[in-house]
Amino acid sequence: MSQEALIFDLGRTGRYARAQAPAERADLADIPAQFRRRQRAVMPEVSELQVVRHYTRLSQKNFSIDTNFYPLGSCTMKYNPRACNSLAMLPGLLDRHPHAPDSTGQGFMACMWELQEMLAEVTGMESVSLAPMAGAQGEFAGVAMIRAYHDARGDDARTEIIVPDAAHGTNPATAVMCGYQVREIPTDAEGDVDMQALREAVGPQTAGIMLTNPSTIGVFERRIQEIATVVHEAGGLLYYDGANLNAILGKARPGDMGFDVIHINLHKTFSTPHGGGGPGAGALGVGERLLAYMPIPQVGKTGERFHWRTDKEIPETIGRLSAFGGNAGVLLRAYVYARMLGRDGMIRVAEFATLNANYLMSRLRDEGFQVWLPQRRASHEFIVSLKPEAKELGVTAGDFAKRLLDYGYHAPTAYFPLLVPECLLIEPTETETRDDLDGFVQAMVAIRDEARQDRDFVKGAPYNMPVRRLDEVKAAKELDLKWQGEAD
Amino acid sequence: MPFIPHTDEDIRQMLAGIGVDSINALFDEIPADLRDPGLPGIPAGVTEMEISRVMNARATGDILGPCFLGAGAYRHHVPAAVWEIATRGEYYSAYTPYQAEASQGTLQLIYEYQSMMAGLMSMDVSNASLYDGASALAESVLMAVRANRKSKSGRILVPDTVNPLYRDVTRTIVGNQGIELETVTSNASTGALDVATLKQWDGEDVAALVIQQPNWFGRLEEAQALTDWAQRNGALVIAVVNPTAMAVLTPPGEWGANGADIACGEGQPLGIPLSSGGPYFGFMCCRRAFVRQMPGRIVGRTVDLEGRTGYTLTLQAREQHIRRSKATSNICTNQGLMVTAATMYLALLGAEGLERVAGHCHANTRQLTERLTDLKGVSLRFEGPYFHERVLELDRPTEPLCQQLASQGVLAGYPLGRHDKRLSNALLVCATETVTEADMDRFEEALGHALARAA
Ligand SMILES: Cc1ncc(COP(=O)(O)O)c(C=O)c1O
Repeated sequence: MSQEALIFDLGRTGRYARAQAPAERADLADIPAQFRRRQRAVMPEVSELQVVRHYTRLSQKNFSIDTNFYPLGSCTMKYNPRACNSLAMLPGLLDRHPHAPDSTGQGFMACMWELQEMLAEVTGMESVSLAPMAGAQGEFAGVAMIRAYHDARGDDARTEIIVPDAAHGTNPATAVMCGYQVREIPTDAEGDVDMQALREAVGPQTAGIMLTNPSTIGVFERRIQEIATVVHEAGGLLYYDGANLNAILGKARPGDMGFDVIHINLHKTFSTPHGGGGPGAGALGVGERLLAYMPIPQVGKTGERFHWRTDKEIPETIGRLSAFGGNAGVLLRAYVYARMLGRDGMIRVAEFATLNANYLMSRLRDEGFQVWLPQRRASHEFIVSLKPEAKELGVTAGDFAKRLLDYGYHAPTAYFPLLVPECLLIEPTETETRDDLDGFVQAMVAIRDEARQDRDFVKGAPYNMPVRRLDEVKAAKELDLKWQGEAD
Repeated sequence: MPFIPHTDEDIRQMLAGIGVDSINALFDEIPADLRDPGLPGIPAGVTEMEISRVMNARATGDILGPCFLGAGAYRHHVPAAVWEIATRGEYYSAYTPYQAEASQGTLQLIYEYQSMMAGLMSMDVSNASLYDGASALAESVLMAVRANRKSKSGRILVPDTVNPLYRDVTRTIVGNQGIELETVTSNASTGALDVATLKQWDGEDVAALVIQQPNWFGRLEEAQALTDWAQRNGALVIAVVNPTAMAVLTPPGEWGANGADIACGEGQPLGIPLSSGGPYFGFMCCRRAFVRQMPGRIVGRTVDLEGRTGYTLTLQAREQHIRRSKATSNICTNQGLMVTAATMYLALLGAEGLERVAGHCHANTRQLTERLTDLKGVSLRFEGPYFHERVLELDRPTEPLCQQLASQGVLAGYPLGRHDKRLSNALLVCATETVTEADMDRFEEALGHALARAA
């Protein structure tokens, strides 16, 4: 594939997309010169066709769910139904100003209210807030609520949040943003939380624990009820990182497990598009103890009318997380998806995500790959450790990941969770066919064969991508973060 | 089974391969008393046709008329090409470009975005987005406290001319980190800051001063003098700006003698639909010296094994997936697709187009406010330079008035009494380039009628 010039390099002075701007320049003379821009911003000067062609061509350099199997563990890269997108982009929904009175947004708010209700039911939580704009912001809100709870009780000795070593990086980062110290606890040999270590870690300094279940190791935390008891008895609260909810949707509910507050990554379980990095939505489910501290705003219902609940109705709220009500357009997509699935469809999500993961795991195990916890059921994802291949053949998880791209498969998550050496975290999702899973197995086997024959060949991958392996050290050392005019 | 491709035969063979006899058996590690809650509260699934009917009815029920509301979100023309291309599956259904070789499209686009945004702001570097304008301010405050090594106070001066919703969000997000947000009171008759007001902090330890341009009331702040004051006093300057306005107003990088240190704001005006408040995106730029303190993704240009140009995420040691509890922020998923759209928007308009849009916003707002202030009972609350929003003073409370006009299909503006009782009769209005003469006629007529009735 040929290299694509930067949009700036395609320009010619004086060119712009004339259909897209007002036909005439307006008079700005009444703005005093001291406030006026003196020099024009450096911007592309291109035609509409140039823009369309350039960005269409760039798009073709991406892997995506719509073009490739994308088994990126912990990210739930399943099919994003097109109807969710087109229905969220109906003009009446797109053009609605966020400050428009509630009376002009009853249709939109009905969707939000029903989504809140469905999410509360499927998670077993008392109440749902749609305010957080991604999982990490949901984490922030949840831990801030835990803090508000302890503060309200005058319990200011609680300075620690417990986080398992397998946790996603956002968990410890969130705890720190909420003013807590992080106490890490180990995972035991079976992939569960080490109960002994947990018992030793809890105490009057424990504000709470952040857990993912199924965990990022891809197994269900079997002693979750015991963990809840231990933490609650110590006076702490439980946060559920819902990144892996896809695995148990409709099969088990965090609310029933004893969690006090949870987030749901709607861009994972409820299939809203990941957008090349975002936007997402991190809906929050809240249990009884924390209801008073819900973030604002939240959609309320009186009779048949919907309104935004603000601090007037939730006076002890932790406050606002965004200028408006969250990522409304993402929430609309999740709503459409949830309605299309319905009760049975939701349960099937978990069933088939789990079926696909266990099938793929057993196939890879049968082909001689080291499955991390072969004695356990996979949840919707599982880990293969390529430590044996690294040791015997000298090819790493990273090398496999790059070579998989040549075979047309997006790489699984590599080197996360941190506690498993040379790991690939593989999440096939429920929307892939068995044929695609089989194809992936064949590619893994083929790469191992290649490595046996010619290690360096695999280490040099990828070959079929728009670029070969990139020099990341140079990228970080000789920072080049923006176009600086014509190349010399 | 919506979206699930398995045939009965597939299921049989897959179960056999795993060595279990039912799908349910795969859930046998979940304690029995937690299993199969049943979900009675969730309705049965519907087809695409049925949900389309529901959504179409709801969308058309949300009536729309001429919009004179701004206050942080602005109705602009969005070129058709922007969302046609942004919703191509290759952009829309990819994720964070961790596998750089398979994500060159997204990565090059972000590099182009960073270049355009840094250019528009006249700043050294840009990140790849944060959630929205308000959370970008909160992150800027945290970043300023980290970056200003000389300051020990954690004290941030936040004028009351900064969007009150942004101030609320900032309070929520930085509240537990020992940061003190101190309010600077503006001049009640001009709706802008007096530099002299800052004298009370002369010589004190201040980590940063926030300056919003144009400010919450649409007024232009004396950004030059304010910046110079702050930097003379060892404080960093955090600019919160409207990106459309920066086509014609002095950009943060040129404020005062040295330029602002951090510039952030709401990216929505750049091709993002209003959509009831999101998804939008927060942008953030800074001085090169502070780039390692910046939160969020950053893309850099480099070369591959064969010396070909390529793009990759860089400086990842700032981020949560590497640095965990020591990361600059917990942000992971950002607002990537919005940046994709904004990049195309900026490329289509270019500097010339953006200046025209900005010019028409200003001219329309001037015309609107001249017309409305001719009505009896309407005057200008604040004189002085403005961009595309102005505050009107009416002879009665504006909250009920706005409700009344909305029921006639006119979104009249933002009632400022929501945040300050002294402004209960004040209305913040905005007229972007999308507003027509006929829209203004309708507003003027509806307002005239409403005001003709006794207050
Ligand atoms: C386990 C886990 N926790 C938290 C997050 C953070 O969610 P988000 O990226 O939506 O902020 C992610 C995903 O990225 C995750 O995989």
